[in-house]
Amino acid sequence: MPINVLMPALSPTMTEGTLATWKKKEGDTVKAGDVLAEIETDKATMEVEAVDEGILSKILIAEGTENVAVNTPIAIILEEGESADQAAFPTGNEKSVAPPDQKEEPLACSLKAPEPKHSEEPKATRVSVDEEKFYAKGTKTMTVREALREAMSEEMRRDEKIYLMGEEVAEYNGAYKISQGMLDEFGPKRVIDTPITEQGFAGLAVGSAFNGLRPIIEFMTMNFAMQAIDQIINSAAKTLYMSGGQLGCPIVFRGPNGAAARVGAQHSQDFSSWYANIPGLKVLSPWSAADAKGLMKAAIRDPNPVVFLENEVMYGQSFEVPVDEDFVLPIGKAKIEREGKDVTIISYSIMVGKALKAAEALAGQGIDAEVVNLRSIRPLDVETIAASIRKTSRVVSVEECWPVCGIGSEIAAIAMEECFDYLDAPFKRVTQKNVPLPYAANLEKLALPQVEDIIAAVKEVCNR
Amino acid sequence: MSIFKSKTPEAAPAPAQEPALRNSKYKHLPDKDQAMKMYHDMLLIRRFEEKAGQLYGMGLIGGFCHLYIGQEAVVTGFTSAQDKDDTVITTYRDHGQMLAVDMDPRGVMAELTGRSGGYSRGKGGSMHMFSREKNFYGGHGIVGASVALGTGLAFTHKYNNDGKINLCYFGDGASHQGQVYESFNMAALWKLPVLYIIENNGYAMGTSVARHAAGDLYKRGEGYGIPGKVVDGMDVLAVRDAAVEAMEYIRAGNGPMLLEVKTYRYRGHSMSDPAKYRQKEEVEKMREERDPITNFKAFLIENDMVSGEEFDVIEKQIKQTIKETEEFATTSPEPDPSELWTDVLLEA
Ligand SMILES: Cc1ncc(C[n+]2csc(CCOP(=O)(O)OP(=O)(O)O)c2C)c(N)n1
Ligand SMILES: [Mg+2]
Repeated sequence: MPINVLMPALSPTMTEGTLATWKKKEGDTVKAGDVLAEIETDKATMEVEAVDEGILSKILIAEGTENVAVNTPIAIILEEGESADQAAFPTGNEKSVAPPDQKEEPLACSLKAPEPKHSEEPKATRVSVDEEKFYAKGTKTMTVREALREAMSEEMRRDEKIYLMGEEVAEYNGAYKISQGMLDEFGPKRVIDTPITEQGFAGLAVGSAFNGLRPIIEFMTMNFAMQAIDQIINSAAKTLYMSGGQLGCPIVFRGPNGAAARVGAQHSQDFSSWYANIPGLKVLSPWSAADAKGLMKAAIRDPNPVVFLENEVMYGQSFEVPVDEDFVLPIGKAKIEREGKDVTIISYSIMVGKALKAAEALAGQGIDAEVVNLRSIRPLDVETIAASIRKTSRVVSVEECWPVCGIGSEIAAIAMEECFDYLDAPFKRVTQKNVPLPYAANLEKLALPQVEDIIAAVKEVCNR
Repeated sequence: MSIFKSKTPEAAPAPAQEPALRNSKYKHLPDKDQAMKMYHDMLLIRRFEEKAGQLYGMGLIGGFCHLYIGQEAVVTGFTSAQDKDDTVITTYRDHGQMLAVDMDPRGVMAELTGRSGGYSRGKGGSMHMFSREKNFYGGHGIVGASVALGTGLAFTHKYNNDGKINLCYFGDGASHQGQVYESFNMAALWKLPVLYIIENNGYAMGTSVARHAAGDLYKRGEGYGIPGKVVDGMDVLAVRDAAVEAMEYIRAGNGPMLLEVKTYRYRGHSMSDPAKYRQKEEVEKMREERDPITNFKAFLIENDMVSGEEFDVIEKQIKQTIKETEEFATTSPEPDPSELWTDVLLEA
């Protein structure tokens, strides 16, 4: 039976890629394990290997084609003795293994790349008054990944006491390619690969910060910072106080935080509320590339330990970022991403995009929502939060943490302490469901906050 | 877990005979049935992993998926020497371990596809599977965690005085974690029956051993009085030899032992790793010269232990198993939404 070779998914978040080169040509005999083609994603170049043997009878997608959706047939392999005209696709083969929730559309249609999943991310268009001066000098489009890299690189050029350390940050260019090219620029003294020993290298970095260096520590993901959390809290956060102000600790602990895509319970957790609880730490969590750039520079320049919580799903998203090298955002200030009068939605990181989408949908239903992007989790911008709640009298918080003692709990406290007389409805929080994150696609979706959950919560506080 | 019948191959009928060995560098050769089972298991793992890679590429498996291709001889050699009541624990690179202890490939693959027929009913995924029935304790995603946990499984064996041991697998990269040394100390101090197995496949993600390890891994227990040895992990019979002797030592009440098993992974670290940090020739040379399956087959033929037709039977059988496995894993329904809320805590 003719076998369709499909565009493979090579990472948890890949939805499409570029077919870079064909390594075999039509008519070639292939056996399992042979490299058929090379494909590129925003992170890497990968080889597509043949799983079956036969003759590569037809190439369906020419090399150089961009945005080829995962699962698109890219070539046909015939077993010996088969003729090419048997190879009309779809063969029906692929359908029998389609997951039950997938639409059974004819495969030929999927040749047209579907809307890539992430391009729907709302754009940050509103520039706050404080930031206008940076935008005046012009902007460029960049991904969150590039923004983080540029912030680190600019600061490292400015101050040679800054170094970057972590697992796979140097020769591999970063597990998520944040530090791509940085080893080349700064050399192995300042961009340092470590063994997989988080407590050890985090502690080492804290010690070096006590002694005058300014480390940036990348945790491959924040899940692995749990190995090192004792050093982050007991050493980095508390020593200034315990030493009567003698030993400051200028250090950034950064890495992707929260859920990625189906990586299961041990690799998916939002630690915002954990670190937010600790005096002696600052905690930042960017949404857009501009947030990432401006906050990362602020974190590196800050004389205190800063925990910087990124999001893997956001790394590939593009936004406008000011080109001004002095574009540094203040720590402790939230940003109103969307102005509205009926209800305040307070959020941070990836959930800001979801909140904006919900706000758009709600606008069509006559509810004018204000969306607050916290940016800084500790210190929290109580002033901006309270002012917005006083203005709208209704408030919903959205986060990926679990509900108990989450960021929403703190927002509720602010609403009580600062805005009690202004409230027209009880506060409502949207959080991850109170269970470890499941792997199955359908359950994962149910567990994580979705746009519809935000809409429902807003309607509830608006009595709609 | 009764739906998961073990899939041990029926040994093809053949006259039992003492093999006339031309190659006798091994001390603990398996008998014919065992040898066929070992060949079967290695090939099953290889084919299972190839299928998993394919299903991943089709988007039917998500998240992280770490394949065991190239390392088959390690787990097969140890499993052939262990007692079925011994406990096993490993890392996220766990598909091979599960198949070797006869967990049902259909249940393993259905977990990879996130379906209700999976060992964790779709809630764990590739990195997190368990089977109490087969004494398999996971499937752990945090590098280094399996070492302390395995030491605890061994603590139980000693506590209960049940004569069993724990086989505790971890990677070369994992071997540096602090909890590994905390565990070594306790295991040696309390003479716990645990076999520490470092699967040294040459790389921790993109970092070669030379770039992440100071000194020799097999000597890591020396300071605690834990004997260590290097084992050729591409040779299933060498692994078996080392395993038999280590298990005798541990079962005799001497405390832990450490084996550094040198092996090689053919694929990237996980599905999303293009493995640009090593030369293609390095991989090809390994595949060509040291492939554990090809070489074991050649050994069995050379020593007249298994015939060509007998191999055909095994290979056909595996083809069929993989077909059924794919079928099951792609048709088993997704978990019921109510599953979201179950298994968080037990009823007190
Ligand atoms: C504590 C912790 N840090 C980092 C990671 C990310 N990570 C997963 S596997 C891996 C490499 C481990 O290499 P090794 O121990 O040699 O095992 P192998 O993958 O080669 O089997 C890393 C860094 C993790 N899962 N846990
Ligand atoms: Mg390794």
